[in-house]
Amino acid sequence: MSNGVSNSNVAAIADNDTRLSMYRCALRIRMVEQEIVDRYSEQEMRCPTHICIGQEGAPTGVSAHLKRDDAVFSAHRSHGHYLAKNADLKEMIAEIYGRETGCARGKGGSQHLIDLDAGFMGSAPILASTISVGVGYAWAAKQRGEDKIVVIYFGDGATEEGAFHEAMNFAGVFKLPVLFVCENNLYSVHSKMDIRQPEGRRVCDVGAAHGVAGSIGDGNNIDTVWEMAGKAIAEIRAGGGPQILEFMTYRWKEHCGPNEDLNLNYRSQEEFDAWVEKDPVAVYEECLRAEGVLSDEALTTYRTEIADEVSQAFDFAKNSPFPPTDQLFDFVYPAAKGAAK
Amino acid sequence: MSDRIITFMEALREAQASCLREDPSVYLMGLGVPGPTGIFGTTKGLVDEFGDERVRDMPSSEGGMTGVALGTAINGMRPVMVHMRVDFAVLSMETIVNQAAKWHYMYGGKMTAPMAFRMIIGRGWGQGPQHSQSLQAWFAHIPGLKVVMPSTPRDAKGMLIAAIEDDAPVVVVEHRWLYGIKGHVPEEHYSESLEGSRVMREGKDVTLAGLSYMTLECLRAAEMLETIGIDAEVLDLRSLTPIDGPGIARSVKKTGHFVVADTANSTFGAAAEASAIAVEYAFDSLKKAPARIGLPWTPTPTSPSLADKFYPRAIDIAREAARMLGGDVDRLEDTPMVTPWHDVPDPTYTGPY
Repeated sequence: MSNGVSNSNVAAIADNDTRLSMYRCALRIRMVEQEIVDRYSEQEMRCPTHICIGQEGAPTGVSAHLKRDDAVFSAHRSHGHYLAKNADLKEMIAEIYGRETGCARGKGGSQHLIDLDAGFMGSAPILASTISVGVGYAWAAKQRGEDKIVVIYFGDGATEEGAFHEAMNFAGVFKLPVLFVCENNLYSVHSKMDIRQPEGRRVCDVGAAHGVAGSIGDGNNIDTVWEMAGKAIAEIRAGGGPQILEFMTYRWKEHCGPNEDLNLNYRSQEEFDAWVEKDPVAVYEECLRAEGVLSDEALTTYRTEIADEVSQAFDFAKNSPFPPTDQLFDFVYPAAKGAAK
Repeated sequence: MSDRIITFMEALREAQASCLREDPSVYLMGLGVPGPTGIFGTTKGLVDEFGDERVRDMPSSEGGMTGVALGTAINGMRPVMVHMRVDFAVLSMETIVNQAAKWHYMYGGKMTAPMAFRMIIGRGWGQGPQHSQSLQAWFAHIPGLKVVMPSTPRDAKGMLIAAIEDDAPVVVVEHRWLYGIKGHVPEEHYSESLEGSRVMREGKDVTLAGLSYMTLECLRAAEMLETIGIDAEVLDLRSLTPIDGPGIARSVKKTGHFVVADTANSTFGAAAEASAIAVEYAFDSLKKAPARIGLPWTPTPTSPSLADKFYPRAIDIAREAARMLGGDVDRLEDTPMVTPWHDVPDPTYTGPY
């Protein structure tokens, strides 16, 4: 199922079919994540798992403009990026369950999702580590004459790493077809922006110094994300060079794991409540209902279909075998050329 | 021996508090150091006593901030850089290896770089390829760096204090699975040597030498071996710079057999170095070739089914020693499973971490 359409003519506002499919995409991410949250305490998902509830807006609005061949790179909080790119849900859940059928065959877990068929090229938890890799991928694509763009997702913390700046600089030098997407959720683990970045400087402003056009917007407003991403991606596809979009958003759960963490007091109840008011899924649902775009019937259908799909994915994962122990040594090196595996 | 018993984690916190109290030039820095969870508890609450200028958060910029820390170190301060996982310290290798390690030497001894680096090895609950590496050998390979791996709460406090007070850069590699271990720890400010091994258990048949968490596994292995009549001596190697040749020789002269267990890959690691040193210092005493216990030659897998095979445990050490001595390997009994997988240090862990 597609969550959106490729749009070469940049419309200022998404048509209603696109908006419905974006709503469904965001709802699906939410429902998958909620199921992980609900089941995590069963202690069968035994890997660090970063939940993206509250941050569904950016990948939903960005991916609506992506073709299957376009490439996406992500970091530790990757589930939404993976799902919005229509990567395989069953294989993602199986990977989190450590099963042989997982997208990385149990080698990587939640932190190393991959689905090459869907153009989801990988994700890694060391900050900024995939940013330069995504730039290199785009550089090769340009040299090989491939008609694709590369989207690289990262958080605000990653923009403090040297590799982020070095990679943007290089992308700027060669006007590479890269969209840098910063989901700014205000915290690197528990550390606030104010001890990490200069007051008043926006992440997207860093782009200009590297020849990378930048802008900032409300990452919880899916229409806004769609409009900003649509304009940027159309310009990148036209050969205009890399751009960076900064989307303000907010993580609802703890940094890593399924729980609430307001008890830690590094962020306030007031701040949390204000962001929950801006729930990207609920706000969009309300908006589409108010405009008469989303009917009760469609909503029920989406919920039922997604719940069914999610349930099947968890069944698939839990019924899949663990990798046999002799697979421990698989993939340390690629098989010798010509050798049968 | 102090009567007071605290955990390894508390001992680390006390060491830092004590140094902050004793010396105004000491400060801690790292992402989340003053934060609510305080680096798995090891820095928790220190910001309340010492303030956020001495218990510092920082940008997610390990490379640049290590240079910043070095800059403060050559201007009279004593930074303690904290990395929640060794894997994040990899981002600061240039500064540690090319700059800090050599600063004293390459400028003809005119300056010192007194820095302590705390790096934590993650293990279990699917920490996987990028959250669980044991890279102590990388650092120990660089002249100018000191590398220690305490395994007891007493050493955790005393060696961290010694590391902070040392004028050289010192890498303190901590294993996350030691944090709940309890032991006698003096309340006062004290230091333990950054060099030398320690005999943890006397024995006459085989020397089991461990680093960090693997020292505990050696002690468990010694108990298993006892059930089949093998009397193992256990050495805690404690330090990689250098691996304690005379200490290993003393033990091997008695036992004639040497098994070394490291938390890292055996290949090119501290276990390889310890084996070489055993041969160099005690060749005439060895009755069999030394044996290395370490991680197999693969990145860390995430799935618990693979991780269970990846990590050697006490039973693997015991079996290796029993085979070496011609003991009855089949009679060795593994510890009973109390969790579905061997991916947590004790059943109280319910993930994630």
